[in-house]
Amino acid sequence: MSLISIELPKTKNHTPELSAAAHTLDGNPTGKKYWRSLNHLAETPEFHDWVKRIFPANANEMMDGNSRRTVLKLMAASFGLAGLTACRRPVEHIMPNSKGTVADEYAPGESHHYATVMSIGGHVTGLLVETHDGRPTKIEGNPDHVHSLGAATALQQATILGMYDPDRSSKVLAGGKESGWSAFDAALKSISLGDGSGLRFLSGMVTSPSLTALRNEALKKFPKAKWVEYEAAARENELAGTAMAYGQQLYVHPRFDKAKVILSLDDDFLALDSPAPFMTTLFSRGRKVESEADLAKMNRLYVVESQFSVTGANADHRLRMKGSDVRQFAGELAAALGAPLALNVVGNAQNDKRGKFLAAVVKDLKAAGAEALVVAGPRQSPSVQALASWINQQLGSAAVSYSKPVMQNADSGVSALKALTGEMNSGQVSTLLVLGINPAYSAPADLQFSVAMSKVANSIHLGLEQDETATAAKWHLPEAHFLESWGDQATSEGLASVQQPMIEPLYGGKTAAEIVAKVIGYRDGKAHDIVKNYWLGRFGSAKGVSGEQQWRKALHDGVIAGSQTGETVKVSVDAKKLAAVLLAEAKPAAGEAKTVEVGFYPGASTWDGRFANNGWLQEAPDPMSKLTWGNAAMISPKMARDRGLADGDMVAIQRGNLKLDAAVMIQPGHADDSISLALGYGRTSCGRAGKGVGFNANLIRSTDGFWFAPGFAITKTGETHRHATTQEHGVIDDEGNNAEHQHDRNLVRETTVGAYQKNPKLVEEMVEVPELTSIYPQVSYDKGYQWGMAIDLTSCTGCNACVVACQAENNIPVVGKDQVLRGREMHWIRLDRYYAGDENDPEVVEQPLPCMQCENAPCENVCPVQATSHSPEGLNDMAYNRCVGTRYCANNCPFKVRHFNFLNFHREEKEVVNLVYNPDVSVRMRGVMEKCTYCVQRIEEKRIAAKVDGRREIADGEIKTACQQTCPAEAITFGNINDPNSRVSKMKKQDRNYAMLAELDIRPRTTYLAKLRNPNPDLASGGKA
Amino acid sequence: MAVIFPKSSDIILKVLGAVVGLGALAGAAAYTYYTYPTVIDTGYQPVQPVPYSHKLHAGLLGLDCYYCHSTVYKAAFAAVPATSTCMNCHTQVKKDSPRLELIRASYATGKPVPWVQIHRLPDYVFFNHQAHLAAGVSCVSCHGRVDQMIEVRQEKPLNMAMCLECHRDPAPNIRPAELVTKLDWTPDRDPRAIGQEIVALKHLDPPTNCSGCHR
Repeated sequence: MSLISIELPKTKNHTPELSAAAHTLDGNPTGKKYWRSLNHLAETPEFHDWVKRIFPANANEMMDGNSRRTVLKLMAASFGLAGLTACRRPVEHIMPNSKGTVADEYAPGESHHYATVMSIGGHVTGLLVETHDGRPTKIEGNPDHVHSLGAATALQQATILGMYDPDRSSKVLAGGKESGWSAFDAALKSISLGDGSGLRFLSGMVTSPSLTALRNEALKKFPKAKWVEYEAAARENELAGTAMAYGQQLYVHPRFDKAKVILSLDDDFLALDSPAPFMTTLFSRGRKVESEADLAKMNRLYVVESQFSVTGANADHRLRMKGSDVRQFAGELAAALGAPLALNVVGNAQNDKRGKFLAAVVKDLKAAGAEALVVAGPRQSPSVQALASWINQQLGSAAVSYSKPVMQNADSGVSALKALTGEMNSGQVSTLLVLGINPAYSAPADLQFSVAMSKVANSIHLGLEQDETATAAKWHLPEAHFLESWGDQATSEGLASVQQPMIEPLYGGKTAAEIVAKVIGYRDGKAHDIVKNYWLGRFGSAKGVSGEQQWRKALHDGVIAGSQTGETVKVSVDAKKLAAVLLAEAKPAAGEAKTVEVGFYPGASTWDGRFANNGWLQEAPDPMSKLTWGNAAMISPKMARDRGLADGDMVAIQRGNLKLDAAVMIQPGHADDSISLALGYGRTSCGRAGKGVGFNANLIRSTDGFWFAPGFAITKTGETHRHATTQEHGVIDDEGNNAEHQHDRNLVRETTVGAYQKNPKLVEEMVEVPELTSIYPQVSYDKGYQWGMAIDLTSCTGCNACVVACQAENNIPVVGKDQVLRGREMHWIRLDRYYAGDENDPEVVEQPLPCMQCENAPCENVCPVQATSHSPEGLNDMAYNRCVGTRYCANNCPFKVRHFNFLNFHREEKEVVNLVYNPDVSVRMRGVMEKCTYCVQRIEEKRIAAKVDGRREIADGEIKTACQQTCPAEAITFGNINDPNSRVSKMKKQDRNYAMLAELDIRPRTTYLAKLRNPNPDLASGGKA
Repeated sequence: MAVIFPKSSDIILKVLGAVVGLGALAGAAAYTYYTYPTVIDTGYQPVQPVPYSHKLHAGLLGLDCYYCHSTVYKAAFAAVPATSTCMNCHTQVKKDSPRLELIRASYATGKPVPWVQIHRLPDYVFFNHQAHLAAGVSCVSCHGRVDQMIEVRQEKPLNMAMCLECHRDPAPNIRPAELVTKLDWTPDRDPRAIGQEIVALKHLDPPTNCSGCHR
């Protein structure tokens, strides 16, 4: 790595007061050693190779056998040919509309935003979709929607690529052969449904009010029919738990912004267990520190879990345990708070970590009272959910409320699916309509759903792709994507939004509502009419506003005011009754010795497999393991050592008939004797991106071990697998590269609330920055707009939303697994995840790294063609058309945030995918360097708007970078640092603001606010430091 | 050992080398010259599917540019008008002219008229009409006297040198914003002085850094 500053800090040359106050251990006041991977911790040669080079040793080689010499020869020849043809200018046509009026809003090239809504497994979020010339290009959150608050998660944003997916189903298939809609209509008419005794509908969780109305209508017309709902990752335990506690099914609504002490019982509410972003927003608002007063108000999070989740990474205290042990922990907690439960106490409060943790949690929760909150994750059994409800009641928590489900359906969940499969096997089902889900893949293995499906005379599948269920069904119908069809969705509280299409169906699909309307016998049930008529019926014409006006307003706003029908209920639990229920409940079976427990989690990139064919998501590194293009059997370092397993070893995971071969990956902080597997991988009938990627966890998932199951034997198969993990990519040398200049650079800085209160200058003092002089003439940046960014590490959860937002906004290509293994991934934001401390129980800091836009940018000095140079507003501009691809700039970037197009990644894409590109940003070709631009296209857009309006100034907050706009944790602030009153200036004024590698005199415009933890003083010396 | 090549082959080789070398140089020079924007683009005058005369409409009849290119004030692109704009008049005027056959067909079928693009910037250049009009840059600065062209041709090179020349010294090309479509405007005093006053008044400071145009 190169250093451009001529003066470098000397080793441990601290002033006496500094060494006394701050430097307690090896020049690092927190005494923490940060590491990116186990290789880093062990300082292996492979790791040092990543440190020394931005591109690994083999990064320059071509993919196939062609040597560089052959390629140069070929290029010379094709260049000559290109030269001959380039002399003639290609004729391009302008194709204006035939009819249009001057009054039209439409102007070619201008973007418009439309409100819509989407549901992932029952989690409903309002969205705003940006469209250019009638094609949707980017998804953002709808600030007016309570489950979005302006943010959108990685999954939600990436669905826009899913809509253009060239592998989507476009044909009606009959028995696997191409057919048509009219043939299907005729076939449907020929089926006599009678009273519906042989008719079954199977769908995902229905959150659409109009589809619910149709469902009720269908069940009325066919009284003996059934409608089953199944989600591979759903909230059914929450409903069952409240039924156990309160005698009625209720949704639990935690309000993280109202809680000061939060305990999560295996609830990954910051990521996998809440595909709606609002929980992250509310949680992080309870941790915002902008003034000294905020320090005292900061919330504290305790997490008990098995897999190392994003929520666990953001915990102040985390206790790892097997998923099945959480029930015991919850019981002990309830007992400690006075529940009449006779449970064996496992831990010992005096010396054991678990006991100490429990005692501290009890004390802290009690002290917090109304501001305490206990949440239980969807993996945990109804009894844990019930216990959490009881604990919240006992504590008098005001941070939780309950509401009645709006669209309740008795036949939902895995038990209903089991009953349905039984009926199918016994021949009771003659017509099965599978609406939009893929049970042949996502159902537990013991149900053998495809076998059961073969016994149904008329099996009809409606789906976005020709998936496993489509292959097994007699009829397959293409489904319309939510971005191209009418519909509606309501949140668990009942707040409804209309889902409006952005484009005509690309592949001629229909919606589930349209198919149900066909079954009921509507002559022409168009999705638009179904939805609109339903709402016009509900609107009435109250307050002198016509139904049409209300409909227009609903479309414009993205939420239907007053539709929140989910009744909030006040409930109380009878502890004795609950205790009796819990006692009667069968104890979870303990596995035999030497066997392990397997836990199942929604995939961070695939959810339950529905996003498996999405390149953006497959390539977005998992927030914790940084694994791309696949999943792995996550195990703890201790378990790996005990069983002689290493990263990439293939193991057979087996229990009875259930068997899966999967590759192991060692996850620091994972619970011992337990394996975690992400769902949604190992698809067999899928498009190009998802087919055969990863291991299908459903093969060992069963109805009795739906979320976690003990008793799995693991044996090494002897084979190995290469994980494409990016955890060591772009690693920054944290000590300096020669002995003379060695010092701890403290790339990530953190402290505790207590220490920060005592010494606010702590963060600044972590690295001593000597007086620096540059050999280059200095430019003054004190006039006009000076753009800068501040990223608050206290808020950042590492959720990947910014990575995907940036990809969508800036036309960043997908490179594929092989290229990721060579370190060629193109993401402009690298989310660096650092571990600190013991490998079995580490702490985590997440740090997003965009281009730092250094004022003294080292990349600019070495560019031989001036393709990268500075703008007067402090941006490190990149002119792609000038770049000749020497890569000097990347080699000279201390942050390794420049990315090189080794290949024409965009050209390999199908033409339809070109429609997703943002027309305001150039699509880069092979041989061109690229990097974060601070979304310069957004800056220019607002600058032009201000100029045209005749305004002098762009208002603070008017420009939002794509990452900032979507960040659910509101961790990123961007603006004019020349304006002392701008938000970003105020953030940068905080004492915990620091510039990474400031000692190199590069003056980065992006600075970080050190992470603040809020540990419980009682646990400070125990557990985690 | 037998001599395979006679001594004279040395000279042949040298001559051959010189010819190939000079040929390559000449080729490179020709390639550079013929692909230079001022050569390849300036004067481009394709035949349009409909013989529309700007001289007649914008010049003699005095239609404002904005009547047809109606998005210039509100968008980056100066849109070519929809067929319905033509038909605003041509349902009355020359409604049976055989030259307008394609226009009538387009209006009837809804299929666009395939106009040939003349002024074209590379994909990596982001030019915004709205911003330039608001600043007071006239159409004539980049497109020339379109009101005198029967068939439109590209008059200026529209290369980076041309853009930068104006961005470094905008005054000669700045006029009151309401006069930007008056292609024949002749000020009664020094246009540079007028431009300088407007530049000062509007605080015009056109960017000359890369991201001003390349994003």
